[in-house]
Amino acid sequence: MSVRWWNKPLFWPLAVFGLLLLLNLIFKPEFFAIRYQNGHLYGSLIDILNFGSPLAIVAIGMTLVIATRGIDLSVGSLVAISGAMACLTISRGDDQHALSLVLTAVLLALLVSIALGLWNGLLVAGAGIQPIIATLILMVAGRGIAQLITSGQIITVTSKPYNFIGAGWLMTLPFSVYLAAAVFLFAAWMTRKTSLGMFIEAIGCNPTASRLAGIRSRSILLAVYMFCALCAGIAGLITSSNVSSADGNNAGLWIELDAILAVVIGGTSLSGGRFSLTGTLAGALLIQTLTTTIYMLGVPPEITLVVKAFVVLAVCLIQSPSFRRSLTRGIPWSPAASGQEVSRHG
Amino acid sequence: MVDRKYVPLLVTIGLFILMFLAGSLRYPGFFSLQVFMNLLIDNAFLLIVAVGMTFVILSGGIDLSVGSVVALTTMLSASLITEAGWPPAAVIPLVLAVGILFGWMMGAIIHYFQIQPFIVTLAGMFLARGLCYVISINTITISHPFYTHMALAKIRLPGGSFISISVVIALLVVALAVYLAHYTRFGRNTYAIGGHESSAVLMGLPVGRTKMLVYAFSGFCSSLGGVVFTFYMLSGYGLHTVGLELDAIAAVVIGGTLLTGGSGYVIGTFFGVLIQGVIQTIITFEGTLSSWWTKMVIGLLLFLFILLQRVFTARSTRSQSV
Repeated sequence: MSVRWWNKPLFWPLAVFGLLLLLNLIFKPEFFAIRYQNGHLYGSLIDILNFGSPLAIVAIGMTLVIATRGIDLSVGSLVAISGAMACLTISRGDDQHALSLVLTAVLLALLVSIALGLWNGLLVAGAGIQPIIATLILMVAGRGIAQLITSGQIITVTSKPYNFIGAGWLMTLPFSVYLAAAVFLFAAWMTRKTSLGMFIEAIGCNPTASRLAGIRSRSILLAVYMFCALCAGIAGLITSSNVSSADGNNAGLWIELDAILAVVIGGTSLSGGRFSLTGTLAGALLIQTLTTTIYMLGVPPEITLVVKAFVVLAVCLIQSPSFRRSLTRGIPWSPAASGQEVSRHG
Repeated sequence: MVDRKYVPLLVTIGLFILMFLAGSLRYPGFFSLQVFMNLLIDNAFLLIVAVGMTFVILSGGIDLSVGSVVALTTMLSASLITEAGWPPAAVIPLVLAVGILFGWMMGAIIHYFQIQPFIVTLAGMFLARGLCYVISINTITISHPFYTHMALAKIRLPGGSFISISVVIALLVVALAVYLAHYTRFGRNTYAIGGHESSAVLMGLPVGRTKMLVYAFSGFCSSLGGVVFTFYMLSGYGLHTVGLELDAIAAVVIGGTLLTGGSGYVIGTFFGVLIQGVIQTIITFEGTLSSWWTKMVIGLLLFLFILLQRVFTARSTRSQSV
C-alpha cells in the first residue's frame, strides 16, 4: 500500500489528541483522576465525554451531510428549536413529572427537527440549491422561529424525567454519553453494514454519475439531511435538559462551526466523497478536550477561539496537497502566520 | 424591454420601494426624508461591510470573518485610544492596515494552498474574535473628542433632514466599489474568476493576485466598517456585531448577486442593506412585533431571492445536476 501511516486519516487527530493528553499529564496530572462517588464516576475525562456528547451527535449527522458534498449550517438553530419545542410542551402540561408528557415533548421536538431537515433536503435535492445557501436560510430564520416558540423568553421547566436526558446518570456514566454512543453505532451500522454508506460517498464523488448509475440520489440526500436534523434535535434535547431551560438565542450557538471543525479534523474532506465516523468522533473529543484543557491550565477561556483558529488552519493545511508539496520540495510559500505553527507538527 | 441581466436588480429596487410605500401607507410619519436617512445612518457600517462581501461573493468565494474583524477593529481602536492614549490619526490608519493584512493573509492561504474560502475565513473568524478577548474581555468606552464629534456631528441637508459623517463615508465606499467593479481591470477580473475560474486561468488573468486583492478589499471594508461602528457605539467590545457576516451575506443575496459568483451589482447590495433596514424600521413602527420577526422576514426574503436566482440560472444553463 502506498498510504503511509502518517497519511492515514485518523493519524493526525489522534496524534494531536495524544499530544493534548500528554500536555495534561505533565502539567496537570489530576486531569486523569477519576473518582467514584454515590455510584457515579467523576473527573475531567468523564466531563469531556459528558459535555462533548451534544457536539459529537451533531458532528455525526454533519459527517454524512458533508460526505454528500453538502453542508448544514442550520444545526445550531435546530438545537435551539428542538430544545424550545420540548420545554414549551412540558411547561404547558399539568404534571411536569409525568413520563408520558416528557415522551410527547421529546417526540414532538424530534418530529419538528426532522420536518425542518426535510425542508433543507427539499431545497438541496429538490430545488437544486447549493447546500451552504439552502441551509443558510434556516440558520437565519431558525433563531427567529426558536424565539417565536419561547416568545423571546427563557422557558424553565422543573420536570425530573426531562432533566434525566441531559443530566442523568446510568450505570456510573452520564446518560448523554449513551445517547451519543447509540447515535454513533446507528450511523456506523447504517453506513457500513448496508450499502447506504457507499451510495452517500458516490453522491459526494460525482452526483451525475451516481444518478446515471441508478442511485436514487434525491431520496438519499433527503434522508441524510433529515438524519442530520434529527441529530441536531437530539443534541438540542440534551443541551436544554441539562440546564432544564430553553434559550432561543444562545442554545447551540456556533455549534455548527464546531461540528464542521470536528468533521474536518476527523479527516472527512469538505469536497465530499469519503467520510470517517470514527474520525469525527475523535475530532469532537479533541475539541472538547482542548476546551477542558484550556480551562484546567488556567488560561483565560476566551483564548480558546484563538487556539481553535490555529487548529483549523493546521488541520486544513496538513490535508492540503499543495501545502505538503511546498513542504517537501521546499518551495517558499506565503508568509502566513499558520506556517510556523504547522511545520512544528509536520 | 430591459436587459435580462438587470431583472434581479430591478426586483430588489422594486421590492424596496414597495416596502417603503407599504410602511408609509400604514404608519403616519413613516413617509419622510428623515426616515429614509435614518436607514442609512443606522446601517452605514453594514453597508460598508456588505460592499466588501459583494466582491468576495462575485469572485465565487465567501468571507465569514467580517463580523469578527469589525469587533476586532472596535476593540483595537478603543484600547489604543483609551488605554494607550494614541491619537486617532495614528489609530485609524493602523486598524485599516490590520484589516487589509488580515484579509490578504486569508486570500493568500485560500489561493496558495487551495483550501475552501469557507473554512479559511471560518478560522479567520475564530482568530479575530479570539484576539478581541486577548485584548480585553470587557467593554472599553471611548470618550476622545474626535470620536464623540464624529458620532454627534450632523450634516444638514435641504428639506430639514440630516445625515451623519458615517453615511458620507459609506456612500463614498459604494461609489468607489462601483468604480472598481465596472471601470477597472480588477473588477473585470473579479467577475471573470467568479464566472469560471479555470477559464480565467486559461485566459491568463492574474487569478491569484485578484483573489488576494478581493479578500484584502473585504478586510479593508470590514475594518472601515469597524471604524464607522466605533463612531456609532463609542466603545470596543468582543461581542460587538456577532452574526454580522450573515446580515452582510443576506444583503448581498437580496441585492441580486449570484452566490455562485460572476453576476451581480454593488448597487444591488446597497438596496439589499436598505431592505433590511426597512424591515427593522417597520417592525419598530409596528411596536407590537418583537425583534426576532426581523430574522424570520430576512430568512423568508433570502429564500425567495435564492429561488428567483435558481430560476434564472436554470434558464441560462441546463448543465446543473443532482
